[in-house]
Amino acid sequence: MWQWLVRLYHRLGSPKWFYEMTERWIFWLALAAGGSAIVGLVLGLLYAPADYQQGDSFRIIYIHVPAALLAQSAYMMMAVAGAVYLIWRMKMAAWVAKVIAPVGAAFCLIALLTGAIWGKPTWGTWWVWDARLTSMLMLLFLYFGVMALQQAMESEEASYKAGAILALVGLVNIPIIKYSVEWWNTLHQPATLKLTEKPSMHPDMLWPLLIMIVSTYLFFALVVILRTRNEILWHERKRQWVRKILES
Amino acid sequence: MSLVRATVRRDLLLAARNPGEWANPLMFFLMVAALFPMAVDPNPEFLAKIAGGVIWVAALLATLLSLDSLYRADVEDGSLEQWLASGESLYAMSLGKALVHWCISGLPLTLMSPLLGVMLHLPEEAYFALFISLAVGTPVLSLLGAVGAALTASLRSGGLLLALLILPLYVPVLIFAASAVYHAGIGMAYNGQVAMLGAMLALALALTPFAAGAALKLNLSR
Repeated sequence: MWQWLVRLYHRLGSPKWFYEMTERWIFWLALAAGGSAIVGLVLGLLYAPADYQQGDSFRIIYIHVPAALLAQSAYMMMAVAGAVYLIWRMKMAAWVAKVIAPVGAAFCLIALLTGAIWGKPTWGTWWVWDARLTSMLMLLFLYFGVMALQQAMESEEASYKAGAILALVGLVNIPIIKYSVEWWNTLHQPATLKLTEKPSMHPDMLWPLLIMIVSTYLFFALVVILRTRNEILWHERKRQWVRKILES
Repeated sequence: MSLVRATVRRDLLLAARNPGEWANPLMFFLMVAALFPMAVDPNPEFLAKIAGGVIWVAALLATLLSLDSLYRADVEDGSLEQWLASGESLYAMSLGKALVHWCISGLPLTLMSPLLGVMLHLPEEAYFALFISLAVGTPVLSLLGAVGAALTASLRSGGLLLALLILPLYVPVLIFAASAVYHAGIGMAYNGQVAMLGAMLALALALTPFAAGAALKLNLSR
């Protein structure tokens, strides 16, 4: 198992291998992401029962929760990829970290916007200075910081390294920010899903949510792979194998 | 170690001979705090409520203002190359630089804070909380800020970018410090908040110099 992982890691470091491998994955990933999104949305929007308090407005949860989860884990993935680049100087990791940033920021924005839309009927206001909202906003600022720093750097190598260092500093800070704001002020309903507890949701509502979460992660994987492939083509454009692809 | 000591000495000496370096952020601190009564409400009861937060926001902005130049001169005059060539630990060097920054920004801010407390009608019980929260909290600001300053040292428009990078990281310090001052003002215990600030200081002292050291190296790979 370990041997296999090491081999996989070495292969992942090769842009050519990654490009050729993902060629085959794209179709299935797109199919799985699209299919599960349709199933999840139909089940969630049409078949799940309405909430006894919030009525139909709760259905935005099927976008809101997956986006929020993904925004947080995307930051973690970006920081880990950055660390891999800093330690082992693996270029692929730097490209992956670079392409994750805008995607993660977009999901963070989606989570904030759907949260605002959900907040209006439930809390009667678009925005409150509540712990979760504030920490998501800070996460968005952290994403913006990484993107701005990468753009400002003149040399490409420096931009990858600077982005990685900042992402790692941010990663240590995220739990501190999260708990400090939680302690400061909270109004948000408690987390819908917790790994350690039995979900408090009815299964008819829960299943579509789980499907949507899987679908969002698949979509994220698809987007990151497509964007990484573009990075590969651009950076390896002078290589023989890329020329061959571009000519055909 | 001798190189670190020499650099710290040189920077302190430079700051002493060029008072603008530490006096300008202080004046900025005063002016920002003076804007709030004019803009919001000069009523003493209202000011007493927001004084802690206003003083802390002003301190945070004043710290940011002086951070931008922390490494710039060293990058421009080639000192940075010499540090790297000397084999001296960059960890110690960035720790030393952050401490210098605290001595010329956080420390004077802390010492001047009672004056702002008077201006903003801070409740009497809260003076010590304000003082101690600034004394423990501003070193964290300097240490975190030094990472951002090292990252942006060789960029032309570094100042604004630095603020974008660092402000979200300052949020926990701001929350705990402002809450310590507020709770002291209404006669409640605030040792928990100060303890949290102390924990953040310990964490920042241990970890941020690594990040700042790694970031310093970037300025050479231009």
